[in-house]
Amino acid sequence: MTVLQIVFLVTGLVTLLAGVMVVASPKLVHAALWLIVSLAGVAVLFVLLNANFLAVVQVVVYIGAIAILVIFAVMLTRRVMADSGPTHNPTWWLALLSALVLFGGLLALITQLPAFGATEAALPAADSLTDLGTSLVDVNRYLLPFEVASVLLLAALIGAMAVARPASEDEEGGA
Amino acid sequence: MHDPWVFVAFLLPIGLLLPAVAVLMGILLGPRKPNAIKGTTYECGIETVGETWVQFRASYYIFALIFVVFDVEAVFLFPWAVAYNGMQLYMVLEGVLFLLILAAGLLYAWRKGALEWV
Amino acid sequence: MGDPFGLIGRWLIDLVTGWGMEPEAALTLLRFLGAAILATVLLLACFFLIVAERKILGRFQDRYGPNRVGPWGVFQTVADFVKLIGKEIVVPDGIDKPVYWLAPLLVVMSVVGIWAVVPFAPGFRGTDLNVGVLYIVSIGAIGTLGIIMAGWSSNNKFALLGAFRAVAQLVSYEIPMVLTLLIPTMLAGSMGVTAIVEAQKDLWFIAAAPLAAAVFLISSVAENGRAPFDLMEGESEIVAGFNIEYGGLAFGMFYVGEFLHAFTVGVLFSTLFLGGWRGPGAETYPLLGLFYFFAKALVVWFVTVWVRASFPRVRIDQLLALNWKFLTPLALVIVALTAVVDKLAAEQGWSQLLALLAANAVLALGMFAVLGAYGRSVRKREDSLRGNAAALPARSAR
Repeated sequence: MTVLQIVFLVTGLVTLLAGVMVVASPKLVHAALWLIVSLAGVAVLFVLLNANFLAVVQVVVYIGAIAILVIFAVMLTRRVMADSGPTHNPTWWLALLSALVLFGGLLALITQLPAFGATEAALPAADSLTDLGTSLVDVNRYLLPFEVASVLLLAALIGAMAVARPASEDEEGGA
Repeated sequence: MHDPWVFVAFLLPIGLLLPAVAVLMGILLGPRKPNAIKGTTYECGIETVGETWVQFRASYYIFALIFVVFDVEAVFLFPWAVAYNGMQLYMVLEGVLFLLILAAGLLYAWRKGALEWV
Repeated sequence: MGDPFGLIGRWLIDLVTGWGMEPEAALTLLRFLGAAILATVLLLACFFLIVAERKILGRFQDRYGPNRVGPWGVFQTVADFVKLIGKEIVVPDGIDKPVYWLAPLLVVMSVVGIWAVVPFAPGFRGTDLNVGVLYIVSIGAIGTLGIIMAGWSSNNKFALLGAFRAVAQLVSYEIPMVLTLLIPTMLAGSMGVTAIVEAQKDLWFIAAAPLAAAVFLISSVAENGRAPFDLMEGESEIVAGFNIEYGGLAFGMFYVGEFLHAFTVGVLFSTLFLGGWRGPGAETYPLLGLFYFFAKALVVWFVTVWVRASFPRVRIDQLLALNWKFLTPLALVIVALTAVVDKLAAEQGWSQLLALLAANAVLALGMFAVLGAYGRSVRKREDSLRGNAAALPARSAR
């Protein structure tokens, strides 16, 4: 058992546990904070896979932006601090069963991969960042998805404003 | 390979532990005389009125939304910036196009009044 | 005098391997010790930073500042710390205990974590991440999380309101900060902070991108919550904001986090734009590099204290308008212009530095022109609102 394996197992367990606590926490704000723990666990897993850039992007975007958005949504729409969402779903055992079946199926698939069972994965070289940068603007590689991503972000921005904006003065005047 | 992160893995927990020790010192060494009045919520010295909640204002949420979009955009631009030195002009212009599309989004938000703190 | 830091490191490793430890474990132990020493020194340095700031502020306000405790008052913060330990941390009812106690710890951790990637001298740094710049941004985002946790768990509407406004401010100013961080990354060709300092061998980046440096400094000061952007804890505004219900050393930790962050802003600016430890003779004498590093950081820190003493507090709507209507569009234009001009100059064979300086000058002129026109239109609108003939003689009499 190398140190890397121990760290990986511990991180995986923490991430899973945090995921379970997200759905099992009685207080919504606690659930949001457990989500942050789970996202941080995923960031550590990225570090273990030698994907430094993805790890910091995970923290910057998911924890620094999306988690804050989720917490804002919870705090702005819940009047009482101790308010809790519904916690017990009578058919929770069915969800657990289907999750276990899915997990078993995935495990069966993965064990058939030739690389499974190696103790140390063949990780990519640490400096693939320059390659990533050129691939984003290379016409033969990811240029089109790159520009489409910006259009997608623009659409998200406009859509979010259209949904979240309070009534404008025209509507009030017309009503 | 994971060498650089070992220091960070040590520094972050230590950075969490040292203030924890300080706060613990404060709890253990300081007086502890709780009473009913000290335990009430602070509202400029008067009795609290109403529950603890804040009027829902869409502007908080809208700013956070705009922030998410621009954060993701900035993160996309970092690999482009790292590969900048080896790029040709048309590649740089493609990155600038990405940036300008989102600048247009900011302009749209501005004109629609989403950037006002109502 | 070749490399004192490497010497100490090697001596320690030899000592420990001599006791029978493997070299790998010895390296890990060295890193652990380094992290512990760094965190402790940072938190202890705050004792003197806070006094220095108070004395400087006092001088700006034509008074002495603290000068009773110790020679020239240097032990004032130690006295404050001892006082804070003795204060009862009045914990209100109805709080969310785990979140309440975790919040100040997260705020301090987020500032201490930034120092992991800062190069103090050639070869002397915590670690060298190849994504150092984004790492700094990500750790800073955790501080924002700490503040929102503090405001929420206090069961106090002022704390909650203060936390919302604080997060709106922090989150908004992160955008121009991240966008201007693209400039050193572009000029150095790497996100690693050590690589950025290495790339400033011939020229500090502030000479190639002065506007970007200015925008970075302004957004960093706003991220820190210093005046004129200290709405997060303006005493007369929102009764201390998100840390109302924190007393004693728990409040002390928020305070320490803020002052350490102020110094960290100076360090980051000097590392990314002023060349960090670079200076005449720094490569041959690393201790000289360490001296340059701290000197530059202290100068920038002094400038932020100067700004704090000189400007009144900005209102929340002015704050957000300044960011989204001025700094963010400016940052976007700076990035686009710098990228295009630098590549154009490189391809055409012009001097890149002159082309960038010219572009920055044109942009600055354009910015002042736009600001001037905006100011004129605001003044004209205000005068027309006053509207009557009584306003006109008053204006011409001035």
